[in-house]
Amino acid sequence: MTFPSHHPDFPILSVLIFSPLVAAAIAVFIRSEGLLRWWTLASTIVIALVSLPLWCWFDATTAKFQFVEHAAWIPSLKISYTLGIDGISLLLVLMTTLIMPLCVLCSWRYITKRVKEFMICLLVMETAMVGVFCALDFILFFVFWEAMLIPMALLIGVWGGPRKIYAAIKFFIYTMAGSILLLVAIIALYLKVGSFDIRAMMGHPYAAEFQCWVFLAFFISFAIKVPMFPFHTWLPAAHVEAPTAGSVLLASILLKMGTYGFLRFSLPITPHATHVFTPYILWLSVIAIIYGGLTALAQSDLKKLVAYSSVSHMGFATFGIFALNVNGIEGATMVMINHGVTTGALFIAVGIIYERLHTRDLGETAGMGKFMPVFAGFLGIFCLSSLAFPGTNSFIGEFLVLAGGFKVSKLMAICTVPGVVIAAAYMLRMLQKVAYGHVNNPDHSQLADLNLREIVTLAPLLVFVFWIGLHPQPFIHVMHASVQHLLEQANGPLANAAVALR
Amino acid sequence: MAFLPELVLMAGALVLFFICLGESRARQAGIAAFVVSVATIAACALCLGQQAVLFDGAYRVDLFSQILKLVFACGFVLVLMLGGEISDIRDDIRAEYYLFLTLSVSGLVMLVSCVDIITLVVALELSSFPLYLLVPMRCEREGQRSQMESAIKYIMFGVAANGIMLFGLSYLFGLTGTTSLPVMVEKLRPVVHSPLAITGLALTFCGLFFKLAVFPFHFWTPDVYQGASNETASIIASLSKVGAVAVLVRFVSLASPDNHAIVLLLTLLAVASMFYGNLIALIQKDLKRLLGFSGIAHAGYALIGFVAMDAAGYAASLYYIVGYLFMVLACFVVICKVSRDGANVSMEDLAGLHRRSPLLAVTLVVGIFALAGIPPFVGFMGKFTLLSAALAKGHLALVIIAVVNTAIAIYYYLGVVREACFRDAGDRPVIALDWTTRVVCVLLIVGVLVLGIAPAFVIDAISSSLACVNLPLASVPQP
Repeated sequence: MTFPSHHPDFPILSVLIFSPLVAAAIAVFIRSEGLLRWWTLASTIVIALVSLPLWCWFDATTAKFQFVEHAAWIPSLKISYTLGIDGISLLLVLMTTLIMPLCVLCSWRYITKRVKEFMICLLVMETAMVGVFCALDFILFFVFWEAMLIPMALLIGVWGGPRKIYAAIKFFIYTMAGSILLLVAIIALYLKVGSFDIRAMMGHPYAAEFQCWVFLAFFISFAIKVPMFPFHTWLPAAHVEAPTAGSVLLASILLKMGTYGFLRFSLPITPHATHVFTPYILWLSVIAIIYGGLTALAQSDLKKLVAYSSVSHMGFATFGIFALNVNGIEGATMVMINHGVTTGALFIAVGIIYERLHTRDLGETAGMGKFMPVFAGFLGIFCLSSLAFPGTNSFIGEFLVLAGGFKVSKLMAICTVPGVVIAAAYMLRMLQKVAYGHVNNPDHSQLADLNLREIVTLAPLLVFVFWIGLHPQPFIHVMHASVQHLLEQANGPLANAAVALR
Repeated sequence: MAFLPELVLMAGALVLFFICLGESRARQAGIAAFVVSVATIAACALCLGQQAVLFDGAYRVDLFSQILKLVFACGFVLVLMLGGEISDIRDDIRAEYYLFLTLSVSGLVMLVSCVDIITLVVALELSSFPLYLLVPMRCEREGQRSQMESAIKYIMFGVAANGIMLFGLSYLFGLTGTTSLPVMVEKLRPVVHSPLAITGLALTFCGLFFKLAVFPFHFWTPDVYQGASNETASIIASLSKVGAVAVLVRFVSLASPDNHAIVLLLTLLAVASMFYGNLIALIQKDLKRLLGFSGIAHAGYALIGFVAMDAAGYAASLYYIVGYLFMVLACFVVICKVSRDGANVSMEDLAGLHRRSPLLAVTLVVGIFALAGIPPFVGFMGKFTLLSAALAKGHLALVIIAVVNTAIAIYYYLGVVREACFRDAGDRPVIALDWTTRVVCVLLIVGVLVLGIAPAFVIDAISSSLACVNLPLASVPQP
């Protein structure tokens, strides 16, 4: 595929951020529900296509932010509209734009009431999510970060399950309460630096104590979003009650914002504090991996099972990030992408089950694979991917994370290994029950296998499972320079001085 | 020419007075009041760049006053439009309602131009007394005269606060020997740290704290909101608070640039207001009472800018309170329309609003999330400017308390959204909207959004206008 070369004045990131908003504004005036679905699908596909050139135009040899756009926004407060992406955010932006059409597809029949509002919420979410990954001005970032809460809470609260109100409010309060101190930290950094530009905030020689406070403020906010143990309790509630598309967005993209926050802000801006707190965070990650896995093993609700497996997988991501070496961070980024692909697919699969049986209980779904062979095939591959079977995507990520982890602490890395085994246990248990069941399964003979729309929804994710699993080099290559640069910032002279002091 | 907005309002009030003399002229009065309000906007826009000193230095027209006059005029139009027919006021006194409303707005418009404490007090009374009268004009229901109770509470507290303010002003006059604020600034500077000056300033603030509903002058707020008709409550909640903040800027800047006693006082009151308002709001069932307590908390937020005691802080407070006008009116327009026959609206009455009237639901969600301080709405930008102004002056503890309060407040704001968006309507009827309500809703949503996304022009205008607050009179050209 060849694209015309990137014209430096073409604001491709702004186009990506604001075209969903324009599509949402047009959707307000569409009356027919069928047309609305097609319009949203078409616009998300077009946005995904527009985002593809980013991959081709991106220069992987440099760690500099690319496609940078800069404009004054509120000059008197020194807030600017600055966008730009590096190798890490490139992958997350592309994942966001590519997942969106699948979210529309998996809601095609699932959402029957208030279709217009649902589609508008999805499109507004896309604006906020792409904006979070592109923003290089801290206030701009914060605006997108918080603005996302409203459509997400509505997705859960209006179209969710029986306990939707509880879940929506818990989600909102948890995330909002977490990020209020982030705002204080942002202002405090601004008063030291004199600018809200994230690049200017990196590498500034802050006092050690100041860094620790800023790091803690960041940590609470991002750890809730990830979610790290013990801040994870909002996640199962939100996942279980959210509609399928909401669960997919939560798992695939929203959770990544926490780990992205660690990579983009915590490590480069507060390197000293990062080194101070690393041991604690690594242990929290180990706990999350084991605890998430064990809890997933005990679930009978399919969505809860996948939700707790998310806690475990995101534990690997934070473990890799705070290993603070190339393998660890590249592995963590791969885990983020893989979790987005695999867990997104699993949530879509659970949604497909729910649309047919109106239950997600492991006992009542038992044995449906016999009557839905195509579905069972998809589910099997995604389950294997989720337990990091070699040849699938997750294997690459978790392998790199463990490789990075062993360099830091053999003890901690060994402690994470049971997590991998537990993952195999809960995923195979689920697969075995859903696909085969027992001798006395409920009668599923009337079930129809996947239709074309559902196959089209799951197939792209299947492609990524094997593409990343068998040939991960392009993905690692594209972020390598950025990760190197990030590590120089995190382990640079400022941090070394701090370590020496310790 | 520089006096045009005031002239328009007073001529309008005169016209309304003559309309009141006739029988059952409610409809004409309503139209007349609307025409006056639109004419006031035009006059304010026309006089935006004017500068003048009138009445022997007692009255100054400058950018600061003109911007706020424009805000009052806009608020006036919005309040009239969201009130619609004002069906909760008896037919035979409805014309008088418009008369008093216009008089109150003209008092506010004069208030921001007064630079002499005597005219300032007169303007303050002119803006307050008509409001005291609007409260008991509500229709009686089921033998409960709660509107009377509210009115008595409002006027008793109001008059007492005014008395305390006058007492404080007498101290300031005694210290400086002048009633002119620009002269007072110069004369007060050498003695501003003396106990007498601090006492005088603190007592003076009381009158304004009452209008703004700052702890411990807040007791009237929820009761008056509850007892007054929905339209009246919307006026008390929005317009008069902007006026209070504007005058507070003049008086706090008397104590600038740093006066530890005053800073401590303002900090304590801000903290107390935020905690009191937010914690009590958590258990409210009546939407107007909820907004009343949240108003106390927001008064606390607005004080954060004054704690900073510099131009950035004052600009932040003014910007915040202007934004608050739009946010709270967005909530009140929903209250006015959801309420049946002007009755108070409980949280359950909102159930299923997204089905009964999508536009009202969107307006409410925008207003509530703006009050909660979620971007991209003005509430977030306002809080952000307030917090950065206070943090720049090193008030870290206050800033952290403020954000903790923001987190507390989320719960009850979400409670409103829960009723409106997440619950089923049951057998509650669909709400039909007339075109004025639709226009008001769209205007308020756009206002809350634009002030939040593109605040640069407002903040810049307010900041540059602050330069002329309490400047010596000579620096302004005489007409």
